[in-house]
Amino acid sequence: MTPPIVQIRELSKLYRHGDIDVTALDRITLDILAGEFLALMGPSGSGKSTLLHIIAGIDRPTSGECLVQGTDVANLSETALAEWRNRNVGFVFQTFNLVPVLTAYENVELPLLLTSLSSRERRGHVEAALELVGLSDRMKHLPRQMSGGQEQRVAIARALVTDPTLIVADEPTGNLDAHSAADVMILLQRLNREMGKTVIMVTHDPRAAAYAQRTVHLEKGEMLNDSGQSSVVSHQ
Amino acid sequence: MAVPLKYNLRSLRVRWRTTVATTLGVALVVAVFVMVMSLDRGMRSTYINTGDERNVLVLRKGSTAESSSQVSRDEARRIRYVPGVARNAAGEPIASAEIIVLALLERVGGGSANVQVRGIGPIGRELRPSVQIVEGRMFEPGRRECIVSQKIAERFKHCRVGETFRSGKTEMHVAGIFDAKRTAYESEIWMDADECREVFKRDFYGSVLLRPVSVSAAEDIAERLHKDKTLNVKVVTETAYYREQTKSAGLFQFLASFLAVIMSIGAAFSAMNTMYAAVGARTREIGTLRVLGYRRREIYISILIESILLSLIGGVVGCVLSLPMNGLATGTMSQTTFAEVAFEFRITGELLAKGLVFALVMGVLGGLLPARLAARKPVLDALRAV
Repeated sequence: MTPPIVQIRELSKLYRHGDIDVTALDRITLDILAGEFLALMGPSGSGKSTLLHIIAGIDRPTSGECLVQGTDVANLSETALAEWRNRNVGFVFQTFNLVPVLTAYENVELPLLLTSLSSRERRGHVEAALELVGLSDRMKHLPRQMSGGQEQRVAIARALVTDPTLIVADEPTGNLDAHSAADVMILLQRLNREMGKTVIMVTHDPRAAAYAQRTVHLEKGEMLNDSGQSSVVSHQ
Repeated sequence: MAVPLKYNLRSLRVRWRTTVATTLGVALVVAVFVMVMSLDRGMRSTYINTGDERNVLVLRKGSTAESSSQVSRDEARRIRYVPGVARNAAGEPIASAEIIVLALLERVGGGSANVQVRGIGPIGRELRPSVQIVEGRMFEPGRRECIVSQKIAERFKHCRVGETFRSGKTEMHVAGIFDAKRTAYESEIWMDADECREVFKRDFYGSVLLRPVSVSAAEDIAERLHKDKTLNVKVVTETAYYREQTKSAGLFQFLASFLAVIMSIGAAFSAMNTMYAAVGARTREIGTLRVLGYRRREIYISILIESILLSLIGGVVGCVLSLPMNGLATGTMSQTTFAEVAFEFRITGELLAKGLVFALVMGVLGGLLPARLAARKPVLDALRAV
């Protein structure tokens, strides 16, 4: 059995709106295995994005524990957390979030600039990542010169260029047409199946969720149902 | 590694309208700063270039300028013959009893201004060998003749060779024009000292310029004259006297500082406004950079660098704008003599460097708060920005 890459225990998150506390997550306990492709589903306000953000280290829980590869992310300082995100997590946004003034190549290179890789090594990694998402011929294009689907593929290349174990995607197909959405989902599935990346994806879309091996439903901050841990084949 | 510089440069290019507006604002401030400072420099260098280290000037004790000093004819005679004064080939002491008066002349472009008229003794020119007559000839005493500097000839009416100008009831004939080699004499008209006293009804001289035989002789002369209670004079080297006159540039220094402070506050706010807008428009980009692993410090430095770049571009433009003023002649009223002082804008490399440093300071001041805002924004809030 593959060990869990993410171990969530009694995780809660409260937001304060004026005098009122709003529970975004209520004592969630969840294990995600290394190499799993997990879809987090649920209506708006169910807490799925909050859970994703905590796993990715861009939000902190109010109580409970979230261990990612054995690291209690919530206890890291801001600086250590930034470094941890750079090394361990690739993030794919709904709105792509590419830097508009940088080319596809430069956008993908951004996370590598924080590593000790040489310029030549960085070039090798960036070209390989863009090749993998099928955009070798778009390296010098700016985001505005590409379609939404291409932008999202650049974003995926940026997410995987540091070779993280975990890729988190927040509604990755939310801004795409059906055809581009399918391309992106096939790509995420390939990353999971062929490269062994653990993919955690938030989605509203059952068609996107169908690409995942496991689906967890949340509602009002609670876990409603879990399709169950998949048997994950190690791709080492 | 920091956020790549090309990110900042291209962001500035993308927002070219605000970039141009802010750059021009900073450029204007730097140009004005450099120009006003160059006036100060021009005036200072005029005074600093003036004087011969071998000469000493004897003035009434307590007076700050030749124009406000009084030395009686008897005192002047005693000073000329004090031991230690060098003699020329004719055996005459190399000393010139002189007087400064003001003449109100009409400017070429309209209006009028006081011009310093220097009455010099027969040895006066010998004491200032750098002053050369470039047109006409030397004045002849007793014929109401004078020689004028090139700048005076250019800036005032009826000051060409052969012309006659009137000051009060006196008519003066211009016999020659001299080149004073960018010294304070550029602002003067010279005539015979005794004739000057007669024309302008003065019973005294203003000062005595003399050349001691040696440095030690100069010290002896100073000691002897200072000790002589019947004279009540002070002795300074000619170069020291003119260095002291640079205090006339005080107005420019004040003006430069005042303008620099007021305008730079405005320009720094302009840079700050631009950078706030830049940070506001790029909040989500900044959030994305944070998610990718960039730390607060790197975001802070990146925004600060962008602000500095913006201001430095303005600084370079401002320096270029100020360059055509270099060497341009102008004049102002001296705070000590109340006469027109002619000098040139002097834009030096040091001054341009100061202009750029000034722009840099504006960039830093303008960028500090927006950079702090960008760096401190929580990642999630930044990502949710529209």
